[in-house]
Amino acid sequence: MNRSALSLERALWWGPGLLLVLVLAVAPLLFTDFYLSQVITKALWLGIAAASLIFLAAYVGMVSLGQVALYGIAGFTMANLVVADGGSPVAWDPWPATLVGILAAVAAGLFIGAIASRSYGIYFLMITLAVGVLTYYFFGQVTQLSGFGGVNNVTRPGIVSNPVTDPQNLFYIALGTSAVVYLFVRYLARTPFGLALQGVRDDPSRMRALGYNVPFLRMLAFGLGALIASFAGIISVWWNTRISPGSIDLARTIDVLVIAVIGGLYRLEGAWVGAFVFAALDNWTRGLDIVGQRFNTVIGAIFLAIVLLSPGGLMGIWQSIVDFLGRQLSGGPPARPTPGPADEPRQATDSPQAL
Amino acid sequence: MSGQTAAVAPERRSRFATVPPGTLALRAAVALVLVFVAVWVAYKAFGDPRTFVIVGLNGLTLAGLYFVVASGFTLIFGLMRVVNMAHGSLYMLAGFFALELQTRLTGGEATSAFGSSQAGLGDWIIPLVVACLAVGVIGLVMQQLFLRWNQGQELRQALITIAISIIIADQTLAHFGGIAESLAPPDSFPESVHLPFSDLTYPFFRIFVLLVAIAVGLALWAMIQRTRFGMIVRAGVDDRQMVSALGINIQLVFASAFLLGATLAGLGGVLGGTMISVDKANDTQYLLISLIVVIIGGMGSLAGAALGALALGLVDSFGDVYLPAGYTNYSILLIFGLLVLVLAVRPLGLFGRPA
Repeated sequence: MNRSALSLERALWWGPGLLLVLVLAVAPLLFTDFYLSQVITKALWLGIAAASLIFLAAYVGMVSLGQVALYGIAGFTMANLVVADGGSPVAWDPWPATLVGILAAVAAGLFIGAIASRSYGIYFLMITLAVGVLTYYFFGQVTQLSGFGGVNNVTRPGIVSNPVTDPQNLFYIALGTSAVVYLFVRYLARTPFGLALQGVRDDPSRMRALGYNVPFLRMLAFGLGALIASFAGIISVWWNTRISPGSIDLARTIDVLVIAVIGGLYRLEGAWVGAFVFAALDNWTRGLDIVGQRFNTVIGAIFLAIVLLSPGGLMGIWQSIVDFLGRQLSGGPPARPTPGPADEPRQATDSPQAL
Repeated sequence: MSGQTAAVAPERRSRFATVPPGTLALRAAVALVLVFVAVWVAYKAFGDPRTFVIVGLNGLTLAGLYFVVASGFTLIFGLMRVVNMAHGSLYMLAGFFALELQTRLTGGEATSAFGSSQAGLGDWIIPLVVACLAVGVIGLVMQQLFLRWNQGQELRQALITIAISIIIADQTLAHFGGIAESLAPPDSFPESVHLPFSDLTYPFFRIFVLLVAIAVGLALWAMIQRTRFGMIVRAGVDDRQMVSALGINIQLVFASAFLLGATLAGLGGVLGGTMISVDKANDTQYLLISLIVVIIGGMGSLAGAALGALALGLVDSFGDVYLPAGYTNYSILLIFGLLVLVLAVRPLGLFGRPA
């Protein structure tokens, strides 16, 4: 293997990543408050939601469309427990309410995982989508908990401050949570549990033959996905200061899927890359006359183009560039049969197990 | 005597040994829930038989509409393994097309949600036919342009149809606005009919929808069981490659099946638009209904779609009325419960077969 090609590859993966982290660390100095809140912080929590989807898709082979419903369960539970307009009259302190919200989402995730974990591929996708849309109707109908008006003016912990006039704190909370989620999933992938999950992704029957309880592993993975999604749910409520069924409807589910696909469904970094592109596009196109209110048509067309042309998303495109440069430098066939760092999930968009 | 018992006992044990004890407990729990529901419904029915009849008919007619929509969905999936996430969008489009056309035909006189109908027979039939065909052609174009060359890539195809559904939803909002309206039924239809053996009356159009659903079901069954096209479809469901190896133009079969499936979504859209309303939220709603019906019934099975539609229609209409007072807005949980019950016992649905 050519050393210089390999180090170039490393540099091309880590360089932009480190640069991005550095820029983000000092983002409050570089960007206006509006941009910091409306684009960057929003992208960070959308990225966490997409990361929960990508974690399940890339490491366990479960493409779930129920992640938005799970973050909604966390958000609604928290919003109902604290002082707010609408919802239940309970008045807890924000922190225990946040904890209970996260636990509720994990419990719901484990339960949904228990019923859906014996289904694979496209069936799993359909079941999670059905459960997700049912959750949306549930919060729309049950006026004791929300109703279509939602829960407004949700009390936030003091540290979150006002997300509009003073967006820095929430930005750092979202950034820290994103980092923790990213490092946690990367760490998890190397543990025996994470390896077992990847085994389940690649060949469930062989894992069963080896004595693993495959549905149980998948259920636990779905619970973990719910945990990650619940962080996004909590931060989104703090950011919006409200939550309504409209925050978890089918359009929102598709938004998170679009983000994951734009970024790259099989690379964890893709979650935040996709989210930044999405949030920036959203912000930018709203000012354009030709686009105006038709943002969703633009997003739909971009999504369609990406699915048709580059199923690996932006990270997939970057991967091809890195591979190409690596080949040019080493002057031979691809240096390695499997692209990307060794612990990365393979890019198996088209194989049935990867569904 | 004792020898006989000894001969029976191991057999019985071995029968139970094939079912894990957890599954047995699960089945007992499911049976218990079903008995409880049956007793509750019977108790309510004896208390107020008139309500029971009306609510039961509501459920049946709703089930008819659900069946028409979901049969197209399950047909497409059964043959091509395409989960058409734009199925609800096609339903919604047909409703809007028909409404627009009827408004033009009648000069805006007929489209009132309440009051007597002013539309002639042609003012209803022509929009019906045109909308069905238009939506069928849209489905066909979608399949030919985007899905045909992604055959076998289930996730990618699902993502493509999701992208199309985003664009359709946004464009519908742009062109037709968001006001819910109903199509006027033909004025030659009676408004309501007397039910035999009682003094109850019931809206005629709902009965008509049920009759259409039965006709559609019988026609599809006859087509699949009795015609050459149906034979090819059945063979294609089992082994696509073998069918094309036999010299049959499977692409033509796929195209016709997609046209038929999309037309059925369109038929559902016009019937539903007359029976209930045409609304921009229809796409989510009827995608959910199609998903639930086929998850319950089993993907690709016509009988499963009928049974699934029946279960969903009845749970839908009885749930709204028979839940204890003050809890009727929790009725959506019953549909979730139905899904859980079926998936707990049969992960592939009632009539589902492994792919």
